[in-house]
Amino acid sequence: MSRLSVHHWRNQRLTALVLIPLTLWFVISMFVHMGDSRAQIAAWLSRPVEGLLMAALVLAVLYHMALGVRVVIEDYVADDGRRARAVTAVNVAGFALAIIALAALAAIGFGG
Amino acid sequence: MTPVERPLSPHLQIYKWQLTSVLSITHRATGVALSFGTVFLVWFLAAAAWSDGAFALAQGFWSSWLGQLCLFGWSAALFYHLLNGIRHLAWDIGLGFELKTVYRSGWAVVIGSLLLTLVAWIVGLHLRGQL
Repeated sequence: MSRLSVHHWRNQRLTALVLIPLTLWFVISMFVHMGDSRAQIAAWLSRPVEGLLMAALVLAVLYHMALGVRVVIEDYVADDGRRARAVTAVNVAGFALAIIALAALAAIGFGG
Repeated sequence: MTPVERPLSPHLQIYKWQLTSVLSITHRATGVALSFGTVFLVWFLAAAAWSDGAFALAQGFWSSWLGQLCLFGWSAALFYHLLNGIRHLAWDIGLGFELKTVYRSGWAVVIGSLLLTLVAWIVGLHLRGQL
């Protein structure tokens, strides 16, 4: 196995570990805030701890997702070109989603 | 074709169905489903940051029957992926490899994720006064 694959394998597990407590926090938060108004959501995510937890969750999820979907693509897409393009597309999508989420959290945090 | 530099999973068509393989495939399927859920989470955050109109649109989707169905599916997928992920992490440190334990933990994941999903929705709906 290449060193990159080993690196990916380890980071997949590290993000998984981090995501165990973050997921529990997220599920509980979602049920608590289901049906909240925009102002209530903004007030919730403007609090430093909650804003940082959400940022950490989104980043860990997106990285975990990119690594996981990559493995699925590698297993089932036989064609070299298509496989490489699919992996790139997932990485680009994950990166774009991370930027959108962080920008949104920053806007909520600083915008009030 | 250039081989990928790691062992690949067996071909689904020629592999005999059994609890272990079904749970493994379900782990992947729920992972892919949760990826789409993540897109909706980011949409929700962006809408909350953007405007009242954008937020109302997102909120409208979540409250619709389709939105609630998606939420229910994603919560079930999340609980399954979480519990089975812990099972995978245990294997990674060499725990629970005996065949009997593998099946026992597998059934625990199935029953545990169903229970967690039901309890979460009953408690959640109860907190909102809908149940």
